[in-house]
Amino acid sequence: MSDGIGARTKRKEDKRFTTGRGKYTDDVRMENQAYAAFVRSPHAHAEVAGIDAAKAEAMPGVIAVLNGAELTGDGIGNIICGWAITSKDGSPMNMGAWSALATQKVRYVGDAVAVVVAESVAEAQAAAEAVEVSYKELAAVTMSDAALETGAPEIHDNAPGNLIYDWEIGDVAATDAGLASASHVCEIDLTNNRLSPNPMEPRSAVAIFDEAEDHYTLYTTSQNPHVARLVLSAFYQVAPEHKLRVIAPDVGGGFGSKIYIYPEEIVCLWASMKTNRSVKWTSSRSEAFMTDAHGRDHVTTAKMGFDAEGKITGFKVDTIANFGAYMSLFSSAVPTYLYATLLSGQYDISNIHCNVRAVYTNTVPVDAYRGAGRPEASFVIERMLEVAAREMGMDPAELRRRNFVQSFPHQTPVIMAYDAGDFDGNMDKAQAAADVRGFAARKAEAASRGKLRGLGYACYIEACGIAPSAAVGSLGAGVGLWESAEVRVNPVGTIEILTGSHSHGQGHETTFAQVVADRFGLPVENIQIVHGDTDKVQFGMGTYGSRSGAVGISAIVKAMDKVEAKVKKIAAHQLEASEDDIVIEGGEVKIAGTDKKMGWHEIGLAAYTGHNLPDGMEPGLKEGAFYDPVNFTFPAGTYIAEVEVDPETGTVEICQFTAADDFGTLINPMIVEGQVHGGVAQGIGQALLEQVVYDDEGQLLTGSYMDYCMPRADDVPFYTIEHNSTVCPNNPLGIKGCGEAGAIGSPPAIINAITDAIGAEDLAMPATPQRVWAALQAAAPRMAAE
Amino acid sequence: MTEVSMTVNGKSIARDVPDNTLLVEFLREHLRLTGTHVGCDTSQCGACVVHIDGKAVKSCTALAVQVSGSDVTTIEGVANGALHPMQKAFNDNHGLQCGFCTPGMIMSGIDMVSRFKAEGRDLTEQAIRHELEGNICRCTGYHNIVKSIQDAATKM
Amino acid sequence: MYETNYHKAKSLQDAAALLSQADDGAVLAGGQTLIPTLKQRLAAPSDLVDLADAGLAGIEEASGTLEIGAMTTHAEVAASEKVQKVIPGLACLAAGIGDPAVRHRGTIGGSLANNDPAADYPAAMLALAATIVTDQREIAAEDFFTGMFSTDLEEGEIIKSIRVSAPERGAYAKFPNPASRYAMAGVFVAKTASGVRVAVTGAGEDGVYRDAGIEAALTADFAPSAIDGLDVAADGMMSDIHGSAVYRAQLVKVMAKRATEAA
Repeated sequence: MSDGIGARTKRKEDKRFTTGRGKYTDDVRMENQAYAAFVRSPHAHAEVAGIDAAKAEAMPGVIAVLNGAELTGDGIGNIICGWAITSKDGSPMNMGAWSALATQKVRYVGDAVAVVVAESVAEAQAAAEAVEVSYKELAAVTMSDAALETGAPEIHDNAPGNLIYDWEIGDVAATDAGLASASHVCEIDLTNNRLSPNPMEPRSAVAIFDEAEDHYTLYTTSQNPHVARLVLSAFYQVAPEHKLRVIAPDVGGGFGSKIYIYPEEIVCLWASMKTNRSVKWTSSRSEAFMTDAHGRDHVTTAKMGFDAEGKITGFKVDTIANFGAYMSLFSSAVPTYLYATLLSGQYDISNIHCNVRAVYTNTVPVDAYRGAGRPEASFVIERMLEVAAREMGMDPAELRRRNFVQSFPHQTPVIMAYDAGDFDGNMDKAQAAADVRGFAARKAEAASRGKLRGLGYACYIEACGIAPSAAVGSLGAGVGLWESAEVRVNPVGTIEILTGSHSHGQGHETTFAQVVADRFGLPVENIQIVHGDTDKVQFGMGTYGSRSGAVGISAIVKAMDKVEAKVKKIAAHQLEASEDDIVIEGGEVKIAGTDKKMGWHEIGLAAYTGHNLPDGMEPGLKEGAFYDPVNFTFPAGTYIAEVEVDPETGTVEICQFTAADDFGTLINPMIVEGQVHGGVAQGIGQALLEQVVYDDEGQLLTGSYMDYCMPRADDVPFYTIEHNSTVCPNNPLGIKGCGEAGAIGSPPAIINAITDAIGAEDLAMPATPQRVWAALQAAAPRMAAE
Repeated sequence: MTEVSMTVNGKSIARDVPDNTLLVEFLREHLRLTGTHVGCDTSQCGACVVHIDGKAVKSCTALAVQVSGSDVTTIEGVANGALHPMQKAFNDNHGLQCGFCTPGMIMSGIDMVSRFKAEGRDLTEQAIRHELEGNICRCTGYHNIVKSIQDAATKM
Repeated sequence: MYETNYHKAKSLQDAAALLSQADDGAVLAGGQTLIPTLKQRLAAPSDLVDLADAGLAGIEEASGTLEIGAMTTHAEVAASEKVQKVIPGLACLAAGIGDPAVRHRGTIGGSLANNDPAADYPAAMLALAATIVTDQREIAAEDFFTGMFSTDLEEGEIIKSIRVSAPERGAYAKFPNPASRYAMAGVFVAKTASGVRVAVTGAGEDGVYRDAGIEAALTADFAPSAIDGLDVAADGMMSDIHGSAVYRAQLVKVMAKRATEAA
């Protein structure tokens, strides 16, 4: 099977993208197109004293100027967080109200207070500038630890002290005892820097109200159009589900930031009804920096105890998570069930305790960004192991090996039950590929050129395909986390797969087709993947959390099981054989061991003509399935970074980056490796380049690519990728997921390499040249004294 | 309003447009050539790169009136029957994921390969990475973009 | 972008006339800084006067002196055999401005008239004691740059060309801001007949400046090691989220060494 599971099949979707024929939301233009521009708060925290739109309304091309009072007056509901977290004292989380257009108060720079709908973008922008909003400025707070201090400005009335929740996991007494019994305790303070996801396609929405049908259509940049429809309908009361079609056409990257339903989409739909026009809004990059959900932003202190042999005796973590001004859709789950539950890493640790406080600040909302909680966990654990090894004078790889989980299944003290893995094998492969043995010689050679060379490890583990639905429901999730698929075999034998997964760069049109091709022996050209449209696809939970392979493909496999069963019945009937003797091979349906067979297309035709089917069988050949996983999947791997530091400027060059990953079964290694490349580059961005910075007044200082540093081609090397697959026992194809690993494992590997090179541990991310140089200056007197 | 006339992808066109119309707006909104994308507002991301008289230019940083009389090629005009070797190389080497930066990458890739060939310079890996300073990709980590351009350079 | 009226000048005189007739006119050269500024709605000139057809592009060379037309693009300067022969450090500097697409349109005249404190060309002009030739007069580089985004150009005065002579030795080294890729510290070091001149861009609070300390050290001994013991002061250096004044002072020193090495 040339294009089956495991083949490096070239992508079917590429032609439209390489020839400029992709269809993104901003490419959609309706007949009666009008354009929206938002009036946004220039203040981080202020009361809205009044809005005067008279001047704007009189400007050329202006169709309407609408505000929050009208929006709420029309019954449009507040934006909500869909995962309820309970504080350790049993109280529910303190969720403040978030209206798509602010009414009494604005809480971050960029918070929308009104919208102008006009005949052109330029006219809408000009009128938006002319809307006069009077603000009564309030003191602002942007840093999470400052927000918790007594006397800090309070952002929501129902969140005293800006505290959203104070949550814990694990046994604190046992962990304290474990730490007390340790022969060495390592303690670290870390900041996980705030990031802006920056998919290259800015967010966009085209809302179309059909007055005659009382029906809405929304084209939008979404990773999960069905979830968008559900939330727009059930919570925001924009329109009932059967009167709302959501289409996410080609989407130019998401990385989490396009999971959420933002104010702009709600407002465009509502404004479309108010004006009886199709309303379009496309974010500028500056607007994206101001309004797209950010990621990370943790402040953490952690302690780990070790016995004399280097075995971990306890791990205690205290984290403050900055949620920004409002609770975004999945924000509450990120620093809890996607973070603290991964704090066991790849290690056999009996005692873990983690406390998490989530706080409001006057910044844009923070939610899941590629990795979502797991990069933060990985950074804490893997910095800890490296620092501890150096403190104890041990080889960092050896310290990790002594603590690796060796047998599976393995129950951690923080919920997760690891199902399969080979952590030593990952380490072996990475060390061999990175030529760790040759490092000393390379370091000496670098020193002869005046460069400081360092090597750093990270052994990450993550959890994908967040599931099962009943379990996440018991933990507070407001939705189920299954996936659905429909397999339609056409009368001529070609196949359409309707999937609830959404491809925005992941290559589903190719990999999903490979899975079907592999099963039925058909060419991938005969298989079409349909996704991204609530009118076409039955339902779906979308693409995030590296779930499309482990959950989305599993749903397709379940539906194919049903198709196969029916095909065998039809063939057995027509070929006068027993069902048990029918095999499907190479696009043919055969009686095993004979030359009697039917072509795949003949089965299709038989099913749809219905002329000669077994008694009682319905015509047609179309099956659907909803797949709910029984557990998370646990991709894991070892990453090794090797860097050179220029001591004169602090510049870090990544000389070599090696990844050895265990993703379970690989459908298309080319695409999997592409996911790792992209994830690692984002991790390098976090480690070296990227950081959102607000000033004390809450003004965004990194509001464009002039100040927010995106990884460029000359910031990164060619990556070395190794695979060490163990099959996931809990889904039909043994897939674990690969979308986020790169971003999870790489930051600690890079920082561990730099700190190895410079001989100093106090180095915050991003390790900019200035910070590295300053760390070297701080360390130099110490080194001189030694 | 000024009448702008130019050759776009081999076709002569003329339109009356406001003087403040950017070339990228002219291509996307007036000619409906939506393959050229806008990914930033500071002229840094390169999703909008087109060729003007054979040279790579950011179409978000030129007015349509400024380039009146020029010969403009966009991503839609690169293939000549068959895919251009650069387009094929991006498919062969998995040089794209979400596809949004891809038109700009391909236009910049073609420009750099042609320029280095014309100047007799060696387009090394390091040179490709340096030349891509004005093209940002968030998906691929650049690995396969660099490979794609290296591959196309041997076939152009 | 706000509404504006576009004019394409046929000559320098035509451009001057168009500018004088405008309420609030602006000269449009390559547009690589002006157009982004207009897009962000940070400026609203009533009229734009495009110099593309005003006959101001091209490079002439006579006995070691280059006359570079104001509308000559960075790419043209970088690729020019004349520039590469007479002042290779200048060609090299031009090859490092912005990215290839920006270099295809951005011009030397536009860059100088804007005098961005982090632009590359001002350092070269100051170090090489260039002359900025306008439609009205000739201005020594020393007098031309008058602080951040400010020059000695009068209202309506247009740069015609730049006259610059070959130094005995000269080179530029830049440490780019990781995000914008503009200079965080760019140092042009030149050994000329009238002495050593060292100009720094990207680092100083008031834009491009000459560093007397480094000049003295290199006058004594034109070698990278001459800068080693030098203390470059942080006073007067810019400080922002990308680099403190102390760090910029360090970069100035290191870039000066590297430029000297390359010279």
